Formats: sequence, C-alpha cells, structure tokens
Amino acid sequence: MTEHTFGASTGAASENGDTSLFAPAPGAAPMWRMVAAQTGMELRVMLRHGEQFLLTMVIPVLLLVGFSLVSVLDVGEGARVDALTPGVLALAVMSTSFTGLAIGTGFERRYGVLKRLGATPLSRFGLLAAKTLAVLGVQAIQATLLCAVALALGWSPSLTPLGVSAAITLVLLATAAFSSLALLMAGTLRAEATLAGANLVYVLMLGLGGVLFPTSSFPGPLEQAVSVLPITALSSGLRAVLTDGTLPGLGAFAVLAVWTLVGGLLASRFFRWD
Amino acid sequence: MDTAAVEVVDLVKRYGATTAVSGLTFSARRGAVTALLGPNGAGKTTTIEICEGFRRADGGRVRVLGLDPVADASALKPRVGVMPQSGGVPTGARAAEWLRLMASFHARPIAPDLLLERLGLTSVADTPFRRLSGGQQQRLSLACAVVGRPELVFLDEPTAGLDPQARMATWDLVTALRGAGVAVILTTHYMEEAERLADRVIVIDHGSVVAEGTPAELTGGRREVCFSTDSPVDTARLESALPAGSRVVSRSVAGDHREYTLTTEDPGALGPEFLATVTAWCASAGVLAEDLRVRRRTLEDVFLELTGRELRER
Repeated sequence: MTEHTFGASTGAASENGDTSLFAPAPGAAPMWRMVAAQTGMELRVMLRHGEQFLLTMVIPVLLLVGFSLVSVLDVGEGARVDALTPGVLALAVMSTSFTGLAIGTGFERRYGVLKRLGATPLSRFGLLAAKTLAVLGVQAIQATLLCAVALALGWSPSLTPLGVSAAITLVLLATAAFSSLALLMAGTLRAEATLAGANLVYVLMLGLGGVLFPTSSFPGPLEQAVSVLPITALSSGLRAVLTDGTLPGLGAFAVLAVWTLVGGLLASRFFRWD
Repeated sequence: MDTAAVEVVDLVKRYGATTAVSGLTFSARRGAVTALLGPNGAGKTTTIEICEGFRRADGGRVRVLGLDPVADASALKPRVGVMPQSGGVPTGARAAEWLRLMASFHARPIAPDLLLERLGLTSVADTPFRRLSGGQQQRLSLACAVVGRPELVFLDEPTAGLDPQARMATWDLVTALRGAGVAVILTTHYMEEAERLADRVIVIDHGSVVAEGTPAELTGGRREVCFSTDSPVDTARLESALPAGSRVVSRSVAGDHREYTLTTEDPGALGPEFLATVTAWCASAGVLAEDLRVRRRTLEDVFLELTGRELRER
C-alpha cells in the first residue's frame, strides 16, 4: 500500500511548478472529441458490467444455440435456427437499448453521475448522443456475434436489398422506442425500482413478444394484445424479412414510431437528472 | 479581472415549507480561498449548488465570474470546476479512466497521470471507483474538479472523512491552486481547515451569514485562560477578584470535574498579572487548577459562540 506517499509541495522549485501546473487555462474541447470520449466510456462500462453482459450476450446466444439444437419448443415450420434467429436478434436489441440502458442510467442518476456530467462542458445533447452511439455499438457487436453463431448452426436467411434495409430501419426505430422508454423509467423511478422493473419487462417480453416462437400461436385476443408491443413489432418484422422473405407490414413501423413518440415526449417532460 | 469570483446577494431558497437559505449575502474574491463554514443543515451545500447552476434560487441575485449560473451555464462550465460532496463517478469506471474522460472535455487539461501522482492515486489508477476507499474517492473527485485548469473551483466538504495524510494532500492542493491564481470556494465544518486555508471565512447558520472576515479578524487575536478542577469554584467571587469586565464560564467535563474559561473584555487586560491574580485566588480558595493554560481563541470558539453548543439534527 503506497497510498500515503504524496508529492511534496514545499520548496520554491515545486511551488513554481505548481503555479504553471494549476494556472487557469479554461476551455472546452471540441464537441466531437467530448462525444467520442464519452461514447468510449459508456461502451466500456456496458461491456464490463457482468450482469449486463449476461443479458445482452450470454442469454441470447444460449437461447439461440439451445433451442436450435434441442426440439423442446414448437418454433413453427422450417429449420429451427431459421425460425429462432430473428426473434433472438430482437431480444438482443431490447436487452441493450431497453434493459441495459435503463439500469445503467438509473444507477448513474442515483450515484450523481448525471448531475456531475451536467457540470462539465459536455452538453445534455452530447451525453444523449454518446449513449445512443454506445447502444448502437453494443448492438453491432451483438448482431455480429449472433449472426455468426446462427450461420454456424446452419441459418439460411433470405436476404434482399430491400428486406435488409427494412430490417435495419426496424432495428433503428426499435432502438429509439426502447431507449426513450428506458430513459423514461431511469429518469423517474428509483434505481432499485428501475432494476427490478427492467428485468421483469425483459422476462415478460421474452415470453410474450414473439421472441422464441411467433405470436400467431397465441389465442386470438392475446395475439391482438401483444401485437402492439414494441418487441413484437420488431420480432415479427424481422421474422417476415429474414425467415419468410417478405416485407414487414406498415403496422410494425407504426407501432414502433408511436412508442418512440410517446416515450420520447414523456421522457423529455419527466426525466430528472438528480 | 475586476468582477468577484462569486457574488451572492439576498439569496433565498425554499424546499416546500422549510427555508434552506434566507437572505444570504457574501462575495468571494478571485485568486483567494473562501470558506463557507457552518453546522450541518446550515445551507452551505444548497448555496454552493445554486452557484454551480444545479439549483435555481427562489430569490436574490447570484453572479459567478460575473455571469448568471443558470442562463450562462454553457459559458461557465469550462471555466468552473466542481467537486460534489460524494459520488459523481460510475461505480464501474476506473480511476485513471474517469479522470482522462474529464480531461478530454477540456481544451488544455492538466496531464491526468501527473494529477494522480500528486494526489497519491497512482497505485489505484486501474481500480474501479466502487473499490476505492472513501478517501481515494474524495481525492479522485478533487482531481476531476481541477483537471480542466478552471478559474474557479467549488469544493463541497473536500476533506470530510479523510485520514490525516489525505487531508494534508488536499490542503496542499488547495494552497497550490490559490498560489496559481485559482479562486477556491469550499464548504467545511472543520475549523482547522478554515483557519489554515481560507483568506476569508463566511460563517453560515440557519441559511444566513452570522459572521465573516479573515480567520484573524474573526478570532480577534484574543486570548483566554482555562483550567479544570474537582474543587468547587465560586465563579462570582473569582470574577470579582479579576479586572473589571472579566467573565468566568464553567462547564461540566465529568462528574464533579469542571472546566473554567476566563475571558476579559479588554484584550490588553489578559497579561502576566492576570495569570498571577488567577493563581493567587486559586491558592487562597484552596483550588488546584489542573491543565492551567493561556490559549488563543480559535475559530472553533467563535463558531460555537455564534451557532450554539447544542447538537444539530441533520
């Protein structure tokens, strides 16, 4: 333990050194540099966090591998991995942009990190930009990992340029919807409530949102009800593109746009920074 | 450089029915250390958070470097360093990593490694914030406040809970900042800290200023005589033996053991003869004066006189 060895500051030489060391020279860094630095920090904190890593990487991979190899679940027709991959990709998107973002931001608020960042030259817009970029970065890693695993399991997605652009648009729109809901939760509830709530939503959406099997296997009224969930819109949209080779219905885009709008408005109105 | 670092006039802040700050007025010079001294709940943190732009005042006027802390927030942020009372760092961020992030927000920051070394944090540079000791967390937070080479820093209880070595390192840094021309506003309830560091001390209680001045002005350079004893002392008779205007105050230490503090109205009256009079009276009254001493009044004495001795609930 060397924590009790502090630099001595007595003597003329070191006092002169101190004067030039601490002499005021304030100024903000360029915006891009602040956002880049903050994005890097957000990414590292997200990827290093054990429980978040479990939710964003380990569980989706296990679900994909497990249910592709073992036929305990009726996933619908065709190769099991073809049916499973779109839903697991949707779960991965939600795990980062909703569950991970909500819990991370909730605890940052609780520990005064958001408040402290508010006293730096990084603007709120810069912070939101950094969080968005970090979420997209983690999602890119998830998509690469899951697609590689799926391909190794024999996944043969139907890929058309139009379909792929529709899928990417859906993912971006879903990210916006999930993120705004995550910030609404993190910015209004206690950190512990956010932790419990976000995990509960993850599990419920895993069961109800058409992640492991299409919601068309649900009874009619339930299928109607869950079709307005953002996770269902994303998973059914991705399934339409990647498994069926068709384009997602406009309904999926509309559902995600409405959630984004509602979540975004409420979050910008009620989000508390401390 | 003609404006004050901080100027607060008639500041008012209410939380529901309680008034945290009621008509507070003070100013802090550039390049000087100003201490806001007061008991828990006096309104120190509220005041500093209004200056930092975190809270809005309900009344009065606040200028920081001549600017409005809320309306001119984006102009002030690069110029002002902030150290909150606790927290402010993600629990999973490593010490050096977080300080480098803070540095990257500024145009001409101090090299983070230099600052870590200066504050004795080099050995924990790669340790996550949650695994740092309380004192290490405080010092990292201090490093973050100064890394951007600010003109003004706000330190909210910078040495609360620090061990003596860490406190010395913090005091060293504050002294160095002052030497370099940085204005420092700090809150504290440690008298010794205010006495050692501050050019000017603002004593706050119940949300307003109860005294202010240099530490020497506040203590008035006064002396007092103290002793303790188990023997009964008739304070009225002792007082009448002393020069006019002298006062004797007693307080219980333990059981019959009481401590007596003797002060004079005229500082000049407390000289060698005064001491001789006290010992002569004790001899005639059969009182053995233990721990007899002449001491300078400290800021603590002034503080307790001003804010009372009763314990405050937070």
